Amino acid sequence: MRNIRAILRKELGTYFASPMAYIMAGVFLALTGVFFVNSVDQPFAEASVRGLLATSSFFLLTLVSPLLTMRLFAEEQKLGTLELLLTAPVRDYEVVVAKFLASFVMLASMALATLFYAALLAYYADPDLGPTFSAYVGFLLYGAATLAMGLLASTLSSNQIVAAVVGFGLILVFTLVDQVSNILSGTVARVLERLSLSAHFDAFNRGVIDTADIAYFLILMAVFLFLTIRSVESRRWR
Amino acid sequence: MSTQPMIEVDHLTKYYGDFPAISDVTFNVAKGEVLGFLGPNAAGKTTTMRVITGFLPPSQGTVRVAGYDVVADSLEVRRLVGYMPETVPLYTDMTVKDYLAFMGTIRGMSRKAIERRKSEVTEVCHLEQYYGSLIGKLSKGFRQRVGIAQAILHEPEVLVLDEPTIGIDPIQVVETRQLIKSLGGQHTVIVSTHILPEVSMICERVIIIHEGEIVTVDKPENLAARLEATEHINMEVRGPTAAVVNVLRSVPGVQDVSFSPQADLKARYALVGRRGEDLREALAKAVVEHGWGLVELAAVSMTLEQIFLRLTTAEEA
Repeated sequence: MRNIRAILRKELGTYFASPMAYIMAGVFLALTGVFFVNSVDQPFAEASVRGLLATSSFFLLTLVSPLLTMRLFAEEQKLGTLELLLTAPVRDYEVVVAKFLASFVMLASMALATLFYAALLAYYADPDLGPTFSAYVGFLLYGAATLAMGLLASTLSSNQIVAAVVGFGLILVFTLVDQVSNILSGTVARVLERLSLSAHFDAFNRGVIDTADIAYFLILMAVFLFLTIRSVESRRWR
Repeated sequence: MSTQPMIEVDHLTKYYGDFPAISDVTFNVAKGEVLGFLGPNAAGKTTTMRVITGFLPPSQGTVRVAGYDVVADSLEVRRLVGYMPETVPLYTDMTVKDYLAFMGTIRGMSRKAIERRKSEVTEVCHLEQYYGSLIGKLSKGFRQRVGIAQAILHEPEVLVLDEPTIGIDPIQVVETRQLIKSLGGQHTVIVSTHILPEVSMICERVIIIHEGEIVTVDKPENLAARLEATEHINMEVRGPTAAVVNVLRSVPGVQDVSFSPQADLKARYALVGRRGEDLREALAKAVVEHGWGLVELAAVSMTLEQIFLRLTTAEEA
């Protein structure tokens, strides 16, 4: 636990010390602002963050998550600092969990900033707080799963760009996999549909917190974190 | 205190794919000993060190540190070892102070111990004035010191330093060597280098490694004696070559002379003499007495390359 806290603190320090985090937060907020305005500035618009988060999860998480995670292992491999980190008495899973948590804290703080839009709605209208809450829960779970994928990608290369692109591809597959199911039928189509990130997010956005959806995101996250740990360990048997 | 060696490397082999980076390497390091690891680039020094520190597992054979196996008891081993890799990897966006605190924490030091040791190692490594600076802004030499500082921070039983004096200025080299030497006794130190004199300055015992195999293990002074059984001298003389060769041969102690003619009636002569005899004065005198022009006269110290050549060919003979 102590190791996780130490590495988490170090990673957060690095995020906030680099301009990257601020640029990304800026772009994130600019785009969510556009999405927000688009979703409420129309006839018969409803006072909800549904449109905002649906677009954000689909477009932004696919892009932002791999950008947040690309540095975490790739840079350490490039600088060689991974060698020192892994020869310290730290377990591989502690390193992975700490780095994952750091990226999650970053993403959560960006999401936190978008609560501004919800506050704006509450000031001018009377939004339903239940769906707003569930949508944010869903958004964070969605984010956690995509961050785990990005983290795995980061262990695969010492080049941050490669890590980002691989992560982007991985997330895109899981985002769009239900599109493929449209042209298929039967069990295969149903399985693919069930695998899709966006399909599981829809329920949250409608105000439904289904344990199946929570389990889906948590399992996806756990699987990719597990793969990340194995990937870090793989230097032992490669 | 037991007589058990601190580090036991037993028939260690490490493959990268099909290529053996080190093959069947066996040696022990006693507690408190400073062991030098000498070899050209790609000899397998770094690989051996990476196995000892638990970064890479052995392909075959075992490595034990203080009785703990580097694979089975990896965490125990890593607790005992302080390590500075050759490239001195550091987090460039951290200050020296924060970096040392971080390394101390992940090595399981208490907060109080970290505070105490931080100021101690800062003093030992002369980092006081850069204590609050970003590591990325430090020069190569000071980064090297930070690398050593983090390695000794937790007062490890075993210290593994990969090429600690490479790429730093001569004054810092001297200081670093003194520092490493002073660490012996309380720490068991393995230090790799490809500079021969460095080994005789800081190490009690030397392992010469070449193409992944141990060529020889010895004390530095014995090694020097074995290697320098003869003295080599180079001369450049203006004069009739045949006569010059005859005269040089007649100087007592000279065993062999060869020459290659140069322009302007000059020629270069390579002489081999008995070890321990400085023939330079006698040679100079001989040349000058015959009225020839002595252009150059120099004793040749063997380069590492020649030493390896000699050691490896001697092994085969």
